[in-house]
Amino acid sequence: MENMVNVFIMGKKYSVPSELTIMDAMEYAGYQLVRGCGCRNGFCGACASVYRIKGDPELKVGLACQTKVEENMYVAQIPAFPVVKQTYDINDIRPTEQIMMQLYPEIYSCIGCNACTKSCPQSLNVMQYIAYAQRGEYAKCAEESFDCVMCGICSSRCPAQISHPQVALLARRLTGKYIAPRSEHLEKRVDEIKNGDYAEPMKELMAKPLDELKNMYNNREIEK
Amino acid sequence: MSDALYTNEMLESIKKVEASRPSRIGFEPRRMTADEKEALLAKFHPDYRKENFETLAMGPNKGERVPEELASLLQAHSRIKAKDVDLKNPDYDVDVLVIGGGGAGSSAAIMAHENGADVMIVTKLRHGDANTMMAEGGIQAADKENDSPMIHYVDALGGGHFKNVPELLYKLVTEGPGAVKWLNDLGVMFDKEADGTMITTHGGGTSRKRMHAAKDYSGAEIMRVLRDEVINRGIPVVDFTAAIELILDENGKAAGAVLKNMETGELLVARAKTVVIATGGAGRLHYQGFPTSNHYGATADGLVLAYRVGAPLLYAYTLQYHPTGVAFPAQIFGALVTEKVRSLGAMLINSEGEAFMHPLETRDVSAASIIRECNERGKGIQTQNGYGIWLDTPMIEAIHGAGTIEKRIPAMLRMFLKYGYDMREKPILVYPTLHYQNGGIKIGADGMSDVENLFVAGEAVGGIHGENRLMGNSLLDIIVFGRNAGINAAAKAKTIDKTGKLTLDHIKRFDEELKAAGIKTDKVSPQLLPRYTHGNPKYEAK
Repeated sequence: MENMVNVFIMGKKYSVPSELTIMDAMEYAGYQLVRGCGCRNGFCGACASVYRIKGDPELKVGLACQTKVEENMYVAQIPAFPVVKQTYDINDIRPTEQIMMQLYPEIYSCIGCNACTKSCPQSLNVMQYIAYAQRGEYAKCAEESFDCVMCGICSSRCPAQISHPQVALLARRLTGKYIAPRSEHLEKRVDEIKNGDYAEPMKELMAKPLDELKNMYNNREIEK
Repeated sequence: MSDALYTNEMLESIKKVEASRPSRIGFEPRRMTADEKEALLAKFHPDYRKENFETLAMGPNKGERVPEELASLLQAHSRIKAKDVDLKNPDYDVDVLVIGGGGAGSSAAIMAHENGADVMIVTKLRHGDANTMMAEGGIQAADKENDSPMIHYVDALGGGHFKNVPELLYKLVTEGPGAVKWLNDLGVMFDKEADGTMITTHGGGTSRKRMHAAKDYSGAEIMRVLRDEVINRGIPVVDFTAAIELILDENGKAAGAVLKNMETGELLVARAKTVVIATGGAGRLHYQGFPTSNHYGATADGLVLAYRVGAPLLYAYTLQYHPTGVAFPAQIFGALVTEKVRSLGAMLINSEGEAFMHPLETRDVSAASIIRECNERGKGIQTQNGYGIWLDTPMIEAIHGAGTIEKRIPAMLRMFLKYGYDMREKPILVYPTLHYQNGGIKIGADGMSDVENLFVAGEAVGGIHGENRLMGNSLLDIIVFGRNAGINAAAKAKTIDKTGKLTLDHIKRFDEELKAAGIKTDKVSPQLLPRYTHGNPKYEAK
């Protein structure tokens, strides 16, 4: 017999095998999930969950697909948390300090409580990346926030009402488009293709008989 | 964080892996010959297990074999009857209806919008809940000095067993650099050197290092940016709403879809001048009982919708089993371990500590080789769910230095660390997992299926990759063919002054065809979601 534990799913008690994740435990209990379930693999942020273990006041967080159940776990899901998402035309904005001030001025109300960092299921230093955003250091903000799955738990805990994942996304797009160095080899190749440089060689290649193509494939030189 | 729970057998085997490791650094195992690969695939690749396939008895691909789970959904009844909805008063009326909110659907919507179309996305889960989000390794594009679209073409053609549709593959390789530039200009953060040179690596079966990446969050980074762009443009996204039946006009052209709210069950009608199917793959159908690396909604819905209105499929018999799914621990069984782990130098090692194959053969060959090692040769390592093979991750830092794993594959490190396993110190156990639908709906170079005004993009398409896709050609295909479908669906919509009379007559016709073919089934499709109960006897007994 499997080792069973008691979990309280949104307050209701179920007995489930101890090796299951929160997500699997809900399904074991009989839920057909529609909300709160996405990639089941830790990448999409659909299954943000908050929980307490009986007797311990600490409020813990995790992704339901990546967190194992425990005895006397009280768990609730936050399948959608309303964050502020400002719209902008990426071609019209620039990585200036003012842009954050215009779009997400609430970041300057951060009181330094660090609740965001403590709540991040990806263990990101959320408060630090907000500090970088405040100073207009977008490349640093982008790097620090890169593994964000945009689950929104940080925003749910923030007394300053900051929408951290959206701030970070803006910083990353500014970094990718404007701050990171341009890739000249990429631009050159795109121009060559546009110029038709490969039209003829591609045509010749595609006209080759199958046996010749097979021969080319089986004897191609592989870069070390 | 939990504690690692290795079995004694695992610990003994790890010692052998560690003992042989120094001799493997700098050593490259031999690649298989064409004949060896062919023999291996025929004997061990799941696509060749005839007993798990069914021959279709009706429809556009009558007489062709497909996985039995897919056959039962293709040859099933609609979820609705024509009388269930009022086609005269559509709830939505747009130029372009995009079904699916992943990378392909979002790219299509952005380009349709860019080209002046009134476009809307419907998606059965959240916008961005898609395999795109989970693609870890990278995106191919021939943009380096020593590379060219021709070399990319030959790599993909050989990897696909020379079955790729030439005009689709041509598009993929010649528009690849443009697709990467488009993403870069939208603000996707690719890994680059200080001088701007893209950091590129090999994938299985590539002859040039053309795998561009954003750490091992490549797909997630692309999806986050595309989703943001869709929102910035004000493109409406109707989420938690599935397309459950296509609508045709009186001339048999696609003209919209019946939608179903996933939570309330409400039925809605969307009229559109053109429709783009971008519904993704089928991993959650668990062909042959395999676990999957796919997201929750990957149930081949688009193939079912298209088949019912008469659009033929291409190569629906061929699936991709990613060689390195997680075999252990059980909580992440079947999850993807990106090929980039092998690109960075980790080798596949059997229970005896032997490197039994070159780590970067194509995916079909690698998967078959792992299955052979476990099944025929008995050199797998037993786990709770079956067998696994070691992926010797500590080699990465032995080759590239400490810190490489955290820097280049942070998602992988985190996924295992959550359960107490540190891949920097000990190897991890892997086994093939159902990863990708190589086949799908047949399209032309314009992205349109054989049903007029019905376009298709992304994993739902068949033919681009032949019978086996190379790593990094899927993120590329969703962008190239997503953009293409969006542009052409918008252009086609402009030529249509007024959509004809909407009908669902095809439902009845299809039922009659089922009957004529002697198929008796009470199954309805598309499936929309899988159902899991994890061994609960209360549910599993039924």
